Amino acid sequence: MIYLLTFVLFSIGLYGVVTKKNTVKIVISLVIMEYAVNLFLVLLGYRKGGIAPIMEKGQEIQEFAAATVDPLPQALVLTAIVIGLGVLALMVSLCIRLYEKYGTFDISEMKRLKG
Amino acid sequence: MNIIPLFIAIPLGFAFLIPMFSRKVRWLPDMLGNLATLSLVILSFYTIGRTGNYYMGGWRPPIGINLVLDGFSSLMLIMVSGVSFAATLFSVQYMEKYTSKLRYYSLFLLMVAGMNGVALTGDMFNLYVFLEIASIASYALVGFGCDHEELEASFKYLVLGSIASTFILFGIALIYGMTGSLNMAHVGQMIQQQGMGPTLLFAMVMFLMGFGLKAALVPFHAWLPDAHPSAPAPISAMLSGVLIKVLGVYAMMRIFFNVIGVDEKLSWVFIGAGVISMVVGGLLALGQWDYKRLLAYSSISQMGYVILAIGVGGMAMARGGAGANSVAALALLGGLFHLINHATFKSLMFLTSGSVVYGTNTRDLKKMGGLFYKMPITGLCAMVGSLSIAGLPPFNGFWSKLIIILACVKAGFYGIALVAVAVSVITLAYYLKLQKYAFFGEVGEGLKDVKESPSLMCLSMGILAVLCVGLSLLLLPGPRAVLLDPAVEAVLQGTDYITVVLGR
Repeated sequence: MIYLLTFVLFSIGLYGVVTKKNTVKIVISLVIMEYAVNLFLVLLGYRKGGIAPIMEKGQEIQEFAAATVDPLPQALVLTAIVIGLGVLALMVSLCIRLYEKYGTFDISEMKRLKG
Repeated sequence: MNIIPLFIAIPLGFAFLIPMFSRKVRWLPDMLGNLATLSLVILSFYTIGRTGNYYMGGWRPPIGINLVLDGFSSLMLIMVSGVSFAATLFSVQYMEKYTSKLRYYSLFLLMVAGMNGVALTGDMFNLYVFLEIASIASYALVGFGCDHEELEASFKYLVLGSIASTFILFGIALIYGMTGSLNMAHVGQMIQQQGMGPTLLFAMVMFLMGFGLKAALVPFHAWLPDAHPSAPAPISAMLSGVLIKVLGVYAMMRIFFNVIGVDEKLSWVFIGAGVISMVVGGLLALGQWDYKRLLAYSSISQMGYVILAIGVGGMAMARGGAGANSVAALALLGGLFHLINHATFKSLMFLTSGSVVYGTNTRDLKKMGGLFYKMPITGLCAMVGSLSIAGLPPFNGFWSKLIIILACVKAGFYGIALVAVAVSVITLAYYLKLQKYAFFGEVGEGLKDVKESPSLMCLSMGILAVLCVGLSLLLLPGPRAVLLDPAVEAVLQGTDYITVVLGR
């Protein structure tokens, strides 16, 4: 059920990218999409009442494995967030450069390219 | 010593070193950039006929991340290094008019590192990371000129590219949720045990959309004709020549053939997308008056051939029956051969476009004319490239197209074979148009004192032009057994890839 919510979030992002005309809004929509996927990844490893995946002294390995959340998706999400940050920085700087050149954030006014 | 990690370490290391140490010395970035790509070329020839694994940090799969070298990756590595060497050689003089060569080479090598990583990795999330490294570097390189068109194209490319990456990540997350593993071989094993399910189907659709966007198949092609022409010429050559192949086609084939396994429906999707790309790309190219834009549309059309061949191969594999394996092998041979051929002649054509822009400062075909007499070497190279793409007999493009069409006929797709022949004629038409308006006829106005491009630019075009003719020799039994057959086998073995990697 909760997986469905991330999918809804993903669809909202996709809708924004496709319909919005403002470059900044497109960037925000892309970030929403990205975060929907990140949430999905975290949810995959989540377990109700799970403990942090750090093993304490004297803990049985079976007991630990039965109680902990899956740490791998968390590692993946960390990486994905860093990559997303790189893309976001590039996108925002492109938006600023585009604003300097065209004097607007509206993509329907940037149409030197066609065909 | 294991050489596999060097393919990622060398370009990454040089990408770091170039801006560090060569701020003062003007010739150092050029030298280091070329040194890096040249060493990659030499190393990549060393991988021919070898297979191997490299376990990062010594962790064995399925726990650790591994790099896998097989025939298919080896072919990709040779292609990437060859084209990137030609491109860096070309950049030495071409990039003089741009301000920051340091950052240019740095980004260029990052892109190469990402592509080599995609070609080698055996882990799904690692594939995504390398894909993003290559993509981010290419977004920045498309906008390198920082002018109106370049920025606009870069933004468009960035938005669509990010959507593609997000789709791919979503697909990977779904696969992880289903199988609990990220190692490609291990995932393949789990999928074989679990069989087809709605989750897997959903993940496949995500992968198809993501990699389809990266490979610019026709419903997803909108960014390519803007992004590829706007980049500086050597980068256009890299983008059209290798980037769309490694990030799109290679990654798609690896995941669908070696991990998930092909079936008939999927093959139909490939065939359909291939035919549509071929026809639409070809027809749109016919109407272009911009030198580089025409080449970009032609890229879409030629990638259609590759995808079509892959689809036919997959279909033969999925249907099975008598002689199916030989038909599949023939189709995949044609597809992979066309892949490397396209890498050589399309990068050659983009480099000649750079040379023309360098001399005349225009990309408009209507303003050109008679350049053959002013720039004989560029003209000759462009002619070799055009004839290769159009598929005239002595050049490599002819052989690969012939094989693809033969495979279509053998698999029983007579109609599609006919379409492929027709598109080949259209290809010839628009390249003749390019030749006629750019290189022959009256010398255009204001082009009286155009000179031939500097020596290194001619040298790099010359290398690629010789390769265009020379690659035909790959079909002779000797070279073919060394280079092409292992690649075809790597794809054909399908999900047996698992046993090769995991060794069980």
